[in-house]
Amino acid sequence: MKKQRLVIRTVILLVLGAAVAYTLYANFTKDQVQKVAVGEKAPDFVLTDLEGNKHRLSDYEGQGVFLNFWGTWCKPCEKEMPYMNNQYKEFKDQGVQVLAVNVGETDLAVNKFSDRYNLSFPIVIDKDGPVQSAYGINPLPATFLIDKDGKVVKYITGEMNEATIKDYMEQIKP
Amino acid sequence: MNEVKCECGHVNPHGTVLCESCGKVLEEKEKEKKLLDMRYEGSARRSQTYNKTMIDKIWNFFSSVKVGVWLIVITLIASALGTILPQEMYIPPVMPAAEYYEDQYGWIGKVYYDLGFHNLYSSWWYLILIASIGISLVICSLDRVIPLYRALKKQRVSRHESYLQRQRVFGVSKIVETDQAFTMAKEKLKEKKYNIREENGNLLAEKGRFSRWGPYVNHVGLIIFLIGGMLRFVPGMYVDKILWIREGETKVIPETNGEYYLKNEKFILEVYDKEKDNEVFDEAIDKAGMVAKNYQSNVTLYKKSGDAVAGEEANLEKVKDFEIRVNEPLKFENFALYQVDYKLNELNKMSFALTNKKTGEEYGDLTVDLNDPQDAYDLGNGYKAEIVSFFPDFEFDENGEPVTKSRIPNNPAFVFKMFTPDNPDGEISFVAIRQTIEPFGDNEYKMAFKGVDTKNVSALTVRKDLTLWIIALGGAIFMIGVAQGSYWNHRRIWLRRVDGEVWVAGHTNKNWHGLKREIDAALDGTSIEMPEDQLQKQSEKKG
Repeated sequence: MKKQRLVIRTVILLVLGAAVAYTLYANFTKDQVQKVAVGEKAPDFVLTDLEGNKHRLSDYEGQGVFLNFWGTWCKPCEKEMPYMNNQYKEFKDQGVQVLAVNVGETDLAVNKFSDRYNLSFPIVIDKDGPVQSAYGINPLPATFLIDKDGKVVKYITGEMNEATIKDYMEQIKP
Repeated sequence: MNEVKCECGHVNPHGTVLCESCGKVLEEKEKEKKLLDMRYEGSARRSQTYNKTMIDKIWNFFSSVKVGVWLIVITLIASALGTILPQEMYIPPVMPAAEYYEDQYGWIGKVYYDLGFHNLYSSWWYLILIASIGISLVICSLDRVIPLYRALKKQRVSRHESYLQRQRVFGVSKIVETDQAFTMAKEKLKEKKYNIREENGNLLAEKGRFSRWGPYVNHVGLIIFLIGGMLRFVPGMYVDKILWIREGETKVIPETNGEYYLKNEKFILEVYDKEKDNEVFDEAIDKAGMVAKNYQSNVTLYKKSGDAVAGEEANLEKVKDFEIRVNEPLKFENFALYQVDYKLNELNKMSFALTNKKTGEEYGDLTVDLNDPQDAYDLGNGYKAEIVSFFPDFEFDENGEPVTKSRIPNNPAFVFKMFTPDNPDGEISFVAIRQTIEPFGDNEYKMAFKGVDTKNVSALTVRKDLTLWIIALGGAIFMIGVAQGSYWNHRRIWLRRVDGEVWVAGHTNKNWHGLKREIDAALDGTSIEMPEDQLQKQSEKKG
């Protein structure tokens, strides 16, 4: 009788406690919930670069992909672009591809930007935003590290310096 | 466990005040009282009785109504505090929240922000308060409804003398024709829809017992309501996003997994017109200047067909055309798109003419689509304008360099390179709204501004709420509980023979006047006297 009471009370309190804990957890992670979680397969997409070549993410399977979302007005994006460019030159022969997804600016703005910094990696433009929507992009810059199996290894938001970029590329080298 | 065996033979749980079966007063303290405390039928509220393990202690904390009331009071105060200054989500995004509150409201604003009240309703402590109320509701209810149910189920017809005596409505009559009086009273009570039980010549008439469950039904409703609120945090259950969409633009609708696209054909803002509209509006129009009549987006909804991956030219199938107005959302699947905001006259195209500054002669017009400007515009005959740089939302940064604040063409500026037969190497001109800078000295030619073409932008709320029916269900059950507890009364009338006397006692959980009237009607014509209201008698004595 007494034991039964303890068991019933414990079970009820545990159920209530679990519900409260879940709600609190969900509330505090709701802003950080990533559409694309680490360890999951990165959603496939096809976008066209400034030269008119189509880039399909799944075509890069077997290589690491450094997927960067950016805009020309975004200062930290602008800063990290030359670093990415330098590291791209280092790593492209080691099987790391850089894809820079512009968040839907005009061709002109992106072209001028690319020319100014002499960027050699492919820059694609996500015009109506489907890729941003699929990846749940909000603050810029946002970078996904994708390994040779197409799985997301890491999600980075905020500015990166050259050393961290190098380190990240090292991580996804096949 | 110390179970209490009453003299009537019934075994009561530990802590019982009044025997569940016969109603005899079991607790010494209660015996001194003139009237019984009939709350929960004197049953053993378990929480009050055991206090052993940690679990019991937590349980007992939440089982206290006093704690529950305090939790509600604190939550009320906290909720009120959150309304003193606007919450963070409602402040204009002109500066960081940390600065905004102090700037607008002085030190009070700073304290408000530092205490975290700018995000009060999603703060951890506020959620814990709400959750505690939920826990308190569950435990309080469980701890009371079960013993109450037991006591009401186990009650026998012949209640103990000490129980009857201490009822608020109680009376003793010495009569001869007892059987006849009982039969008459029984008939009358039956007419009044009482359930009659008899035992050893004694009688219990009872009705409206289900009214006692009202508060618990009400609590079940509240708990369902809270569960509904909790489910909003579960991914996929609740969506509340804003979609800004220009006229002519087609965009993927967020949170639909790229399944649905929306095209904004046109945004319309209508205002009341003195000439056309009813004259009752005249005064208001004079007062306010402009009164909005309608906000409307004409849209087309498309569904993606086939398995196109994101970014691929999707095969869009038209679902329907719709006119979204305020409170007339476009609904599809579980989604609804509501008109929520707009921006009129966003710059869309700008026209210029390549002009000789001295003669004023024009050598051709060009129109720049601000959402898709070209590299160069050939005007023929050796005249050409090239766009060197384009700043859709131009400003000078801290180094005096032209930069863009965003990708939205709020304040476009261009660096043109003008090629003419006179200047085959080109002249550079920086052109912004009402501003031209010639960085390399005087030019012969200029880009003369000719005009603009604008577009409206509509903002739609993308809303999905799968929890609404749960919340509505909780609300409905809540109301059923309220009605059950308020509009019905639980009334009991006991008639007992004690040594040639007839003892009458009555109890109700509310509306004593109604009970007394029914007893009066039932005893009318019998020789049993109307029992007295002992509480009234007491206060009359005192008064």
